[in-house]
Amino acid sequence: MQEIRLHGRGGQGLVKASHIVVRTAVETGHYGQFIPFFGVERKGSPVFGFLRLAEEPIRRKTQVYTPDVLIILDDTLIHLSATYAGLREGGTVIINSAHAPEELAIPEQTGRVAVVDATAIALDEIGRNIPNTAMLGAFARVTGLVDAQKLFDNIAAEFGETNREAARRAYDAVRIC
Amino acid sequence: MGEVKALTGNKCATMGAALCRPDLIAAYPITPQSSVVEGLADLVFSGELNSRMVQVESEHSAMSVVQGAAAAGGRVFTATSAQGLALMYEPYFRMSTLRLPMVMAIATREMTSPETIWSGQQDAMSVREAGWIQCFCETNQEILDMIIQGYMLAEDKRVLIPVNVCYDGFYSSHLVERVELPTQEEVDAFLPAYSLPAKLDPATPQALDPMTPGELLMKYRHNHLEAMQAALPVIDEVDAKFAAAFGRSYGGAIDTYRLDDADYALVTVGGMTGTARDVVDAMRESGVKVGVLKLRFTRPFPVEKVRAALANVKGFAVVDRSVSFGWNAGSMYSEVCAAMGETLAGKAHFSAIGGLGGADISMAHMENVVKTLTSLNEPGRADTLWLMD
Repeated sequence: MQEIRLHGRGGQGLVKASHIVVRTAVETGHYGQFIPFFGVERKGSPVFGFLRLAEEPIRRKTQVYTPDVLIILDDTLIHLSATYAGLREGGTVIINSAHAPEELAIPEQTGRVAVVDATAIALDEIGRNIPNTAMLGAFARVTGLVDAQKLFDNIAAEFGETNREAARRAYDAVRIC
Repeated sequence: MGEVKALTGNKCATMGAALCRPDLIAAYPITPQSSVVEGLADLVFSGELNSRMVQVESEHSAMSVVQGAAAAGGRVFTATSAQGLALMYEPYFRMSTLRLPMVMAIATREMTSPETIWSGQQDAMSVREAGWIQCFCETNQEILDMIIQGYMLAEDKRVLIPVNVCYDGFYSSHLVERVELPTQEEVDAFLPAYSLPAKLDPATPQALDPMTPGELLMKYRHNHLEAMQAALPVIDEVDAKFAAAFGRSYGGAIDTYRLDDADYALVTVGGMTGTARDVVDAMRESGVKVGVLKLRFTRPFPVEKVRAALANVKGFAVVDRSVSFGWNAGSMYSEVCAAMGETLAGKAHFSAIGGLGGADISMAHMENVVKTLTSLNEPGRADTLWLMD
């Protein structure tokens, strides 16, 4: 089982993106689980999500404390202590940022860092700062945990072709360090 | 088999209710339940569901409207949470004591104060003396399946008691996972069309619920309590019928996991059960013989099954997501102890309280419960364990 924690802000589409990942896993014969964690529901406030992918039914219904993968939709969240907390030794950080990894306070135990300017791609493709679908493209490329083609199809079905294009572009553009 | 989909717990409640073809739905939105009735309103609006959808101004009205429709012989549905359930209490109690069958989903939520909108089972547990059947679900599949089973159980002539299908707010209501969605044909074949033995009808005018003297009221209560007991074997029957039709069995009023040879038991309610199963597997790897007793139904309380399931353990802990004020314990702890009767002697036991107000019951919390259990040297009640930090 792979445990993934997502960090974003209200309005960035973290919850809907995670639903698409679980849907993709389930539709390709795997198991997935996502639990959103809402604070006060308002645009801009920090939002978490707990995502699990596995080859067998996922029974635990808990938050994720020691993620294998962190998906960070907003690089202004890196200074909150909760953001990098508990990342496993050798774990993966995928972050939406225009900055270089050295500027992102990446924790020591990180195995792989992947950076993509998902906001720029989203603004270019869909005209709004909703980086969720671009981040899914980066996630598919970096982790290989979901079938990328099926994921793109589900993104298109849910949000339209411009979002499929955002995901595709981020898939190609993500820099794995 | 129907379609395999990724669905939230709330969507499962929506689809479960829709597949049972309710004649009427009345609802008022409240977090974390809202998307259940929003989903039903969408289905009615789009014409996919042929039900009367009544949007009311409060939960008190929601229960009153479905009550009238049920008294006229309709199959009805609503859903609520926390303060909504509290506001509904007056017609809620009357629904069960009128012996009108229905299913109401409760996406369980902590009760205010302190102000909160997050998870906890205090709402459903606080109304456990209001005469409804109450079951608690672990998975989203179980939510969907229990709404379908709930109508068969509630409408059984030996029962005629409304059913609450309860599931954890957010940790189930907003959790997405793999679910097999039955087809309408499968559900139609399983669940017969509903007909109430006595119903209000303008063609044959009659009074419903006139002022009733105590001597007669006592007979009603006696019958209601007897019907609750009669429901216990019906719960098992419905589970068996459901398994035959859909290939999924949940074990009836309780479920157990690796309990047969266990020295210790975790007694759980709702979604935390899945976490307990994972902890049991991990602890058994290290040689601790622990198992799970999942309370699926809390009303009627499965006294005999609980007693039999825990007969051979040295100790047990009841993990509650709600509290029983005045007992310094979780809601189900005192009830499990009462069910044990004289067989409680010689066992070590305690109440564990966690997951209030949206707090997590983590793997570490559940492991701590087991470690505390195995460290007890004396039989009898040990201190209440709060699953904090």
